[in-house]
Amino acid sequence: MIVTNDISKSYAGTPALAGINFSVQKGELFGLIGPDGAGKSTLFKILTTLLRPATGMARVAGFDTVKDYRSIRKIIGYMPGRFSLYQDLSVLENLTFFATVFGTTMAANYHLIEEIYLQLEPFKNRRAGQLSGGMKQKLALCCALIHEPQVLFLDEPTTGVDAVSRNEFWIMLKRLKAHGITILVSTPYMDEANRCDRIALMQEGRIMQMDTPENMVTSYRKSLLAVRTNHFYALIQDLRNNPTVERVEPFGEYLHLTSQAEMDPQLIHDYLLARGHTAIEVKPVTASIEDVFLDLLEATPG
Amino acid sequence: MQRLLFIIQKEFIQIFRNKGMLPLITVVPIVQLIVLSFAASNEVKDVNLAIVDLDHSQYARELVHKIEVADRFILVDFPPATRHGDERLQDGTVDIVLTIPPDFEQDFFKNKGAAVQLLVNAINGQQATVGAAYLSTIVRDFNQEIQQDVLPVRRLAAGAPRIEIASSNWFNEELNYQYFMAPGIMGELVTILVMLLTAMNIVRERELGTIEQINVTPIKKWQFILGKMIPFLIVGLILLTVGLTAGKLIFDVPFRGSLWVIFAYCLVNLAAVLGLGLFISNISDTQQQALLTTFFFVIIFILLSGLFTPIESMPTWAQYLTVPNPIAHFVHVMRSVLLKGSTFGDVLYNFKVTAVLVVVFNVLAVSSYRKVV
Repeated sequence: MIVTNDISKSYAGTPALAGINFSVQKGELFGLIGPDGAGKSTLFKILTTLLRPATGMARVAGFDTVKDYRSIRKIIGYMPGRFSLYQDLSVLENLTFFATVFGTTMAANYHLIEEIYLQLEPFKNRRAGQLSGGMKQKLALCCALIHEPQVLFLDEPTTGVDAVSRNEFWIMLKRLKAHGITILVSTPYMDEANRCDRIALMQEGRIMQMDTPENMVTSYRKSLLAVRTNHFYALIQDLRNNPTVERVEPFGEYLHLTSQAEMDPQLIHDYLLARGHTAIEVKPVTASIEDVFLDLLEATPG
Repeated sequence: MQRLLFIIQKEFIQIFRNKGMLPLITVVPIVQLIVLSFAASNEVKDVNLAIVDLDHSQYARELVHKIEVADRFILVDFPPATRHGDERLQDGTVDIVLTIPPDFEQDFFKNKGAAVQLLVNAINGQQATVGAAYLSTIVRDFNQEIQQDVLPVRRLAAGAPRIEIASSNWFNEELNYQYFMAPGIMGELVTILVMLLTAMNIVRERELGTIEQINVTPIKKWQFILGKMIPFLIVGLILLTVGLTAGKLIFDVPFRGSLWVIFAYCLVNLAAVLGLGLFISNISDTQQQALLTTFFFVIIFILLSGLFTPIESMPTWAQYLTVPNPIAHFVHVMRSVLLKGSTFGDVLYNFKVTAVLVVVFNVLAVSSYRKVV
């Protein structure tokens, strides 16, 4: 459904995208995961025909994003990272407007938005600007869906939304997927990666790795330990001085230790005890996407 | 077509949902019309005058009296010496110092011809030149009177015929400055407000990000641009109606020509101004930029519009600049149609030039609006 071939783009000499190659199958829920500034939004703008790539080409549903942009605009739904609906129009007015713009009506595609719209309905006469963050996001999704698009582009839809709404949102996406809609979604939250069929980890305009979230985690070969004691700061210092540990990263209340070689939890425990730590807890953990990402970051030069 | 109607409808909802909008198109024009029409007067009144009378003769006194009765001048001082007159001019308390030299009367009788001196503070150009001209006229009249008075024989011998100039002000008999200013100000107001509103419009969509959402839709360029123009065109026509009504009710401005011509011209003019406004909006990234760019144009347009200073007295190059100035044409059309009763044929030139502006500005507007970067 989406194919890109070596897409690059720079802003005033600073590369935003450098040779992006990836493809998304029909009906897939594909996630672009990466921190701010990784080039996710630029990639979205190219795929939604708002930006021309400097080199390379992209196809959406078989249409070239530069030559056939008119055809693409009819069949995609786009939800920009920033709330981009008319804040001074009501919920209903926004929906009607976007439906008309696409030459359709709200009634015609109501089945697609019904579930989401039911939650919005109590506020249908409220101005979009006065909605809460979660409601705004639902409205934006409705507006992007109103013309029954084949491909849905969602640029950081869950940024700035509370945990409950985020969860609801991903459930909604699963349902849309069931309608056969191809979805490309970006997020800076690593924990959302597991919700996607496949993900691409992005950093500095490049795709570092692309796979299913499960494969990505299981292919993580290094040994991983979670550690905590009562002296968090001293713990970082001490562990970084330990020669068997390759990398120390804070993960919530734990520190994650990574090493190519196998690490013995007991040895780490003794090492810390010798340095005066108390309440020591050391346990092996399975890798998360974030571990994979941080590891890849380390491996990438620059 | 349905799409276009919806864009227009959406734009109207937004315009009237904006709290500042309704007063902006009703109260503001009326207030401006009143304030500017009363204040912006080219009439020269109350010129502060000092007379240094060094002669103290009967003729000198008669001349002073003649000036005193003319209502244009306020005699603020009779300094005893030229030096004091100069000082008053220096400190700005008087605009003109008239010095009557000693032997004024004597010289006159000796047939040498008498001279008076006018020192004019030219900082305030209009007060100075017009005031000095009035004063010269008074002195000249006085001169003729005393010629007649004292030397009738000589005058008869010479047999010099006198030319009397009697003037009459056509189209504005009483030289009512409100009649003169109000129509021009209406034209200016409509143009500026509409230009400003449009210039702020697209850039606002860009600032809020809504343009991004619009750009991925199948809306065509012309639909988008027309959808922006038509609502503001209507707003402009409402504004003109409000202005004309206020002008009639408050100043009783005569409507000598056809209002159809006025409205027809207003439509053409607005089409041009809207194009320019949208062009500015397209090339600006923020509302602030758009505002400042619009200001640049607005100030030049107003100063070179003939509204406050006559175009004829501008240097030639500036007169050329008034040709692509929509406000200049609007002011001209308003004045000639309302005051003079000009017909469509009389202002055809303004229609033609504005039509060219419509094409130029709108080509700029459409071509500068890009959906793809």
